[in-house]
Amino acid sequence: MTAGPAAGVPLTDDDQAPIGSRASFGARAVRTPAFVAGVSVTGVIVLLALLAPVIGRYSPVQQNLLATLQGPSAAHWLGTDEFGRDIWSRLLYGGRTDLQVGVLAVLFPFCFGSLLGTLCGYLGGSLDAIVMRVVDVVLAFPFYVLIIALVFFVGEGTHGIFIAFALTDWVVYTRTTRGAALVATSQDWVAAAEGGGLSRRRVLLRHVLPNTISQAIVYAMSDIVLVILAVVTLGYLGLGIQPPAPDWGAMISDGQAFITVHPWLSIIPGIAIIVTGVGLSLIGDGLADLQRPQ
Amino acid sequence: MLGVAIVTFLLLRLIPGDPARAVLGIHASPRQVAQLRQTLGLDEPIYQQLWSFLVGLAHGSTGTSIYYKVPVSSLIWAALPVTASLVGMATLFCVLITVPLASLAAARQDRPADHAVRVFSLVGLGTPSFFLAIVLIIVFAVDLHWFSVGGWGTTVPEHLRGLVLPGLTAAIAIVPVLIRSLRLGMLDVIGSDFVAAARAKGLRGPRVLLAHVTRNALIPSLTLLGINIAYLIGSTVVIERVFDLDGLGNLMLNAIGVRDFPVVQGVTIVYAIAVVIINLLTDLGVARLDPRTRLR
Repeated sequence: MTAGPAAGVPLTDDDQAPIGSRASFGARAVRTPAFVAGVSVTGVIVLLALLAPVIGRYSPVQQNLLATLQGPSAAHWLGTDEFGRDIWSRLLYGGRTDLQVGVLAVLFPFCFGSLLGTLCGYLGGSLDAIVMRVVDVVLAFPFYVLIIALVFFVGEGTHGIFIAFALTDWVVYTRTTRGAALVATSQDWVAAAEGGGLSRRRVLLRHVLPNTISQAIVYAMSDIVLVILAVVTLGYLGLGIQPPAPDWGAMISDGQAFITVHPWLSIIPGIAIIVTGVGLSLIGDGLADLQRPQ
Repeated sequence: MLGVAIVTFLLLRLIPGDPARAVLGIHASPRQVAQLRQTLGLDEPIYQQLWSFLVGLAHGSTGTSIYYKVPVSSLIWAALPVTASLVGMATLFCVLITVPLASLAAARQDRPADHAVRVFSLVGLGTPSFFLAIVLIIVFAVDLHWFSVGGWGTTVPEHLRGLVLPGLTAAIAIVPVLIRSLRLGMLDVIGSDFVAAARAKGLRGPRVLLAHVTRNALIPSLTLLGINIAYLIGSTVVIERVFDLDGLGNLMLNAIGVRDFPVVQGVTIVYAIAVVIINLLTDLGVARLDPRTRLR
């Protein structure tokens, strides 16, 4: 797992100046080039994926054995694959599946991991000690090894992907938010809030959590890239989204058989993955820039 | 280590799904499944299974392969050198790519070279290893014939040649993170007093950069390399498949193909143990490089 932006980035002050003062967030976001570029690229991809039924022109699984391995034409903008399926349609529907699975797979780890990490950082004690020990052990496994092994034991397909990520991916959120919660807890304004007689629950929810969540969101952007790469990698290995449902990874692996004569079969979905990854990474970079105090 | 073993066991055993069912496939009769469960000891209570698993591990045994009918450890020992050399080669490439690019980016901060390095990092971060591997094969093996398409060869020079493209692919999976850290580290150091002092002494630019800046900025990056080596090792699983190298990754994927779960379990543990050892070595290495953390 790649390390997210280092935990312990100086945090903004409390309610008087909440996370980069909300009013100006939009204005500052527009002036952050990485963020604007990332949102544009990702926006276009999400839009294309959402519009797949409208602009796809063909069903992604419809075979036409009379028109296999064709080059680009007016009928098939990006040509056809070895079963005569329209590559443009498969690309759009593949993006739809991969993005959907990637985002859904991050959802549970994000919520569970961030809450647990915030609790650990704020409360400390034996809960913290036990959870961090588990985190260390899970982190000792190479990411892909663990995911592949889990998907094998749970069963291939989206079901397996969701369980595998739910079991493993929360640890990074827990580690990131725990660090942020420790920093926040040591700040004067938390002591002030506690001293002012606010309940621990209120301090946790209103003062500590907003700070840890913003860190978790920044990490989530790079994590979605990681997870989407893992989803297509599983698809490539035949362990992910099951055929005939279109998936970029499986498209690359299907095309590999024709790599010397028809390299575009693999290269087109590959470029789609890279563009998606770059777009999401740029959003993550932009968010990290925005959080840094000026 | 004990924690790693227990977690592997529990994760792979407590998740929904029945290993016996996974081995036999969905068409097996309930009797066959029950029989295999008995042979594999799956009908015993979970704590007893865990105990016999741990006792076996302590004796260096990770069970017997269902498919190959040989001890899992012998399969692992045969595959380990390939994966270890691949990881070594990848680490070498990491250093060879990261240090010059990060130095270039830091020395020319906010100039075209810096932006070019940033674009390279972004694209590297978004590229799945298996796709990069395919592109490298097309360019350097199919078109240019510089390297073979895959395989491990039989002699040491062949091994090395066969490892260049896989090593490069694995390295690029984590190089973007390393470049980012080293560049930031170098910018920090460049702004510090002792660099100004070295410059004032009359030392020239490149010398200052290498002897003073890089060495100091390298320490946090080395720690980061240690953390990310787990990710690198993980990506070798897929890379071994694309380049057809018979290492641990291919062993694991083949075992998955024939539903040989003791092998999958054994290989998973070996990977985790390797990561723990590497992290330990990194910590020791950092301690040697950095006089401040040396014990007395």
